[in-house]
Amino acid sequence: MNIPFTQHTLDNGLRVILHEDHRLPMVAVNVWYHVGSKNEHPGRTGFAHLFEHLMFEGSEHYDKGFFHPLQEAGASLNGSTNPDRTNYWEVVPTSALELALWMESDRMGYLLPALTTQKFENQRDVVLNERRQNYENRPYGLATAAITAALFPPEHPYHWLTIGETADLKAATFEDVRAFFQTYYHPANASLVVAGDIEPGDALDRVRAYFGDIPAGPKPGAIDAAASVDSEIRLVLEDRVELPRLYLAWHSPAMFTPGDAEMDLVSDLIANGKVSRLYRALVYEQRIASEVMAFQNSRELAGFWQLVATAAPGHTLNELDEAINAEIGRFLDEGPTADEVERGRAQAEAQFVYRLQTLGGFGGKSDQLNAYSVFLNDPGFFEADLARYERVTALDLHSVVVEHLRRDKRVALSVVPKGKAGLALAESALAVVS
Amino acid sequence: MIAVDRSRLPAVGASPPVRFPTISKQRLTNRLGLWSAEHRGLPVLTFMLVLPSGSAADFEGYEGLAAITADMLDEGSGDRSAIDINAALARIGAHLDTDVSSDATVFTVTCLARFGRQALSLLADCIVRPRLAAEDFDRLRQLRLTRLVQIRDMPSAIADRAFMQLVYGAHPYAHMALGTEEALRQMTIDDVRAFHQRIFSPASATLVASGEIASGDFWQMAEDMFGGWEKPGAQTAIADPALAPPPLEPAHRLALVNKSGAAQSEIRIGEVGLTRSTPDYHPLIVLNMILGGQFVSRINMKLRQEKGLTYGARTAFDFRRGRGPFVLQTSVQSDGTAIAVQEAMNELHAIRTDRPPTEHEVETAKTALTRGYARNFETAEQVARAMSQLVLYGLPDDYFDTFAASVSKVTVEETRHVAYVHVDPARLATAIVADAALVGPQLTHAGLGEPVPLLPRL
Repeated sequence: MNIPFTQHTLDNGLRVILHEDHRLPMVAVNVWYHVGSKNEHPGRTGFAHLFEHLMFEGSEHYDKGFFHPLQEAGASLNGSTNPDRTNYWEVVPTSALELALWMESDRMGYLLPALTTQKFENQRDVVLNERRQNYENRPYGLATAAITAALFPPEHPYHWLTIGETADLKAATFEDVRAFFQTYYHPANASLVVAGDIEPGDALDRVRAYFGDIPAGPKPGAIDAAASVDSEIRLVLEDRVELPRLYLAWHSPAMFTPGDAEMDLVSDLIANGKVSRLYRALVYEQRIASEVMAFQNSRELAGFWQLVATAAPGHTLNELDEAINAEIGRFLDEGPTADEVERGRAQAEAQFVYRLQTLGGFGGKSDQLNAYSVFLNDPGFFEADLARYERVTALDLHSVVVEHLRRDKRVALSVVPKGKAGLALAESALAVVS
Repeated sequence: MIAVDRSRLPAVGASPPVRFPTISKQRLTNRLGLWSAEHRGLPVLTFMLVLPSGSAADFEGYEGLAAITADMLDEGSGDRSAIDINAALARIGAHLDTDVSSDATVFTVTCLARFGRQALSLLADCIVRPRLAAEDFDRLRQLRLTRLVQIRDMPSAIADRAFMQLVYGAHPYAHMALGTEEALRQMTIDDVRAFHQRIFSPASATLVASGEIASGDFWQMAEDMFGGWEKPGAQTAIADPALAPPPLEPAHRLALVNKSGAAQSEIRIGEVGLTRSTPDYHPLIVLNMILGGQFVSRINMKLRQEKGLTYGARTAFDFRRGRGPFVLQTSVQSDGTAIAVQEAMNELHAIRTDRPPTEHEVETAKTALTRGYARNFETAEQVARAMSQLVLYGLPDDYFDTFAASVSKVTVEETRHVAYVHVDPARLATAIVADAALVGPQLTHAGLGEPVPLLPRL
């Protein structure tokens, strides 16, 4: 099982990956720039994402917005920014491949001449509204900001959210745009996948024609940053919520490093779905929680593993904390059952196959090829990625929990209703988020 | 070497016609309908059990009954508990998804092809032999009551409820599938059992399959696993509650739900719209693309790209078996609430009067809808979902094959006509969830009227 591909590097450093699949008369175009909010600096957070918005505002040779010609060609398209990378994609009918390459190459090569302060200020307003809608006006919406701020020190690039601080967004200037584009948006810092109803030789010719002339730039240097939590940090955040919620977070292995897949499997085993240990104990049997979930945040420089449990009405975060500790303790005493290991493998295999169904978009085959290309310089990592999950043993799962989920090295954030800080775990300090 | 001409955009040609896979149909002796379509390429299967009855079938005072009944089905079967059933699904990498909308209840299982028998057998256990035990009901009801408490904190969910109650009054579309606290509290497991007996009948259900499966194999599996599903007791024909006439007028034109300290205003503007069977369906979806159905639509370009008031704004005609809502929805910065409502109303007014859809707008909306249509049928689950739409709305088997032709036939005049007839600011109701102290005076000052304070039933 794999995603077959061919790979080329243009003279300007652009990596090009081609994947042929003729099941639909569609082509997915997917571009990753190896830049995200981790490339920002304190006081200027949120800029990588704001910049992503500007990439949809038109470029030198077509200055009427990025969406118009593509939507009328029947495309779906979008982009996103996370701490480690920014991606852009279009899924187009085969006859619109040329158009998609034209548009993507024009904004890679010729964005700045079309940018105006008016576009910049408009998109800053849009992003401030995105922040209000998805973070400030959403229950528990700023919890992750409090968690990452506690896990990572102020100068560490994972300290802040990708959406950025409101004050920083307001302080961003039009002049910052040029420097950011020149540093990060050039062929040597990008990877392009063209996948679907293509003939690879022909597709490569077109890619060369459209992207080959874009000047090369220096590849940005790697970021070096370290973080650790050496004791338990307890925080409380008041929010417009009815039910208190407990967030527990621990440092964990970085993306694709040893222990990363294991922690991913541990998430399901411990807290996701009706079969998980914590659902069974907290929601099904004791009924002290209304929901519980966990996930491994795999990132390039570091990972963190997060557990979230919402109290059922009439129950306290202390009860949840004790029950969670008891369950993790039981796991440490007994290790996973053979059935749990088997389920983890079966689910991983199924998820990998399901992912092969979709050509484009977030998480589609083209996006996966680029993830492997950008983070590992190995687009062919799909099989090896699955193998990381299939070789996991009961002992491996036990070892990562012993190593990472230590009660004395965690962040415990209590999110409580406004004016009810007393509902937090004892001795919690006020979390500062804005 | 290919020459690049940056002075103009490359031309885009026509897309090849969409060919939906052949649908095979069969009925078991208990009258359960079987629909399948082969979708080869990856070893994946999707099964869907489709019932043409959803939350609109909740009796008055029992809002939430359809949804909790559906949710009960994987809570135990025979001597297996909810945990046992879900463990068995997890062991084959599968997951059961239960979806209750106003018109339908749909259970979906996607699995690797080699586990098809086990997955279908687990689905049959849930559908044919649910335990419907009192203790499971109590637990699920408590979780649903808690969910209702949490919804109070969610401005978008409150706005949806306020709008539907404003516009639909006593019509069954007024409530969400989750129901209300009062109704959930007085429900008993006996209500669930009675409802289950009435609704879950093989004669009204359809089992849909898509993926790497031949129709003959599917029929045999379905016979083995669902053949024993018999409806107990006599059947009485019940009128489709979704077809009850909705109110002619909304309760109020402008309502405001106070959320002190809210960081934004959630806005819904709309009215009772049309049924899925409306002859205006294709002109209306073309119109909606122009009005608020895509990024480059008038509403989004105005509120987001020109004014910067929001992260996004859109409109939708929600075509249902009965008359579903037409709604414009957005979330805007608090100090821009009145401007946003005015600008939205201006656009709704203009598209039926002084700025009707242009030839270019109609043409590009049509190509946007049709050229990339094939991507809707990429996965086994998408193909199964498409078939479930045919089942639920009585659409012909060649519906997807002829969609592009039906859209291409729509004329500028038809698009203008449906805008004039089906979009009218004078009929619309507006529901806003916002900090009332900030937003109330703004609305009145802008001449939008005195908002009526509203507290949606939860």
